[in-house]
Amino acid sequence: MTTLPLEVNGRAWLVEVEDRASLLDCLRDVLGLHGTHAGCEHGVCGTCTILLDGAPVRACLMLAAQADGHAITTIEGVAPRPGEMSLVQDAFCETHGLQCGYCTPGMVLTAEALLAANPAPSRAEIIAAISGNLCRCTGYGQIVEAIQLAAERRRGANIPAVETAP
Amino acid sequence: MKPVPFEYRRAGSVAEACAWRAEDPEAVLIAGGQTLMPMLAMRLVRPTRVIDIARIPDLDAIRVAADHVLLGATTRQAAAERSRIVAKEVPLLARALPWIGHPPTRRRGTIGGSIANADPAAEIPLVAVALGAEIMIAGAADGTASLPAAAFFLAPMVTALPAGAMVTGLRFPRPARRRFGTGFAEIARRHGDFALAAAAVTLMLDEAGAIDMISVAIGGAAPVPTRLDLAALIGTRPTEDAIAAALAAALAPLEMMADGHASGAYRRRAAARLARAAIAEARSEAAGREGTDDHAAS
Repeated sequence: MTTLPLEVNGRAWLVEVEDRASLLDCLRDVLGLHGTHAGCEHGVCGTCTILLDGAPVRACLMLAAQADGHAITTIEGVAPRPGEMSLVQDAFCETHGLQCGYCTPGMVLTAEALLAANPAPSRAEIIAAISGNLCRCTGYGQIVEAIQLAAERRRGANIPAVETAP
Repeated sequence: MKPVPFEYRRAGSVAEACAWRAEDPEAVLIAGGQTLMPMLAMRLVRPTRVIDIARIPDLDAIRVAADHVLLGATTRQAAAERSRIVAKEVPLLARALPWIGHPPTRRRGTIGGSIANADPAAEIPLVAVALGAEIMIAGAADGTASLPAAAFFLAPMVTALPAGAMVTGLRFPRPARRRFGTGFAEIARRHGDFALAAAAVTLMLDEAGAIDMISVAIGGAAPVPTRLDLAALIGTRPTEDAIAAALAAALAPLEMMADGHASGAYRRRAAARLARAAIAEARSEAAGREGTDDHAAS
């Protein structure tokens, strides 16, 4: 077991985890953040996507022990206030960008990172950004629409672009 | 989907990583973990100790020297993809990087990890073979400091890395200031899936537009990334048919992999077709590169 300082959604935690624990298992089982979904657990599906220093990565493909010193954002960290949704989450609802919802946290976080770095992504850039996230319900059409809608609203809201690595 | 219990250690230097590994024959190294983590999850690897080399200072540096560019082993694929040095000095690698997995895996995955893992479908080993890169190593008992890429890959996931040694970087020769061009082509079921076949090309043209030097390597098709013998094209301005014939002759003696995804015959055909496309891309790039010709400049 290792005691590890982690920064998750802007809060500092001291977690006790087994050396072999993935960051995914640590987020879900130790911190109780079940919004990060466990899908294939071997890096194929993208449903466990989190943001590591603002960039999407797969939480199942890193050890919790490798995550100290990084700023981690999970789906629980994107809404501005309890009971509200982020602009991207709203756009997913409005365009029916989800059905079962299993892939949604990963899709939303991937979209948040894309739009933070690129306020006006082309359709091709949106598709490239979500290419590592599988969805078995929507056929992706409405997910792309959701990200386009969120981008448009984000631009309208004058949210400044931040320097985030892709 | 849980790994066996193991001890995690973070190395502060290459020497420390090698020493810890020497103590424990069941230890493995982790950097980006984009291949190791699935293998741990599926218990295909059952280590007693996992040594993290990702935070060794300077092991992720990209450095330009007079005749080569060195990419440290823990350089993230996404960092190499964004690097201006890589774009300018190792353009073939810059072309190949976007084909690796997906943005989230490239964010974590490393240059050295792809080399050490030696997947026959991997893009970085293919580029290393095409460009004649040197694979820098540390910790070899006999003091070996590097191995040429062409001698490094022995079989799928098997390399010539000496026992106890680790990959510390990849040294690419800098392109000559001449009319050179590069090309890369790949086919997979979906972008980001394992390549069924891929081709990487670097070539130079003389002032008359004839091929001065050509290196074509194929990946995903043979059990290791393999450079093709295309000596017949040197000094010529080959037609499409001549290129196709030279590729067919070079590919004929090679053993191809066959599995549920594609037969050996498919891989041989696809490799030839992709090599043709990549050669055409490289030639047109070289032909468009003016004023950098050594001969013309003198």
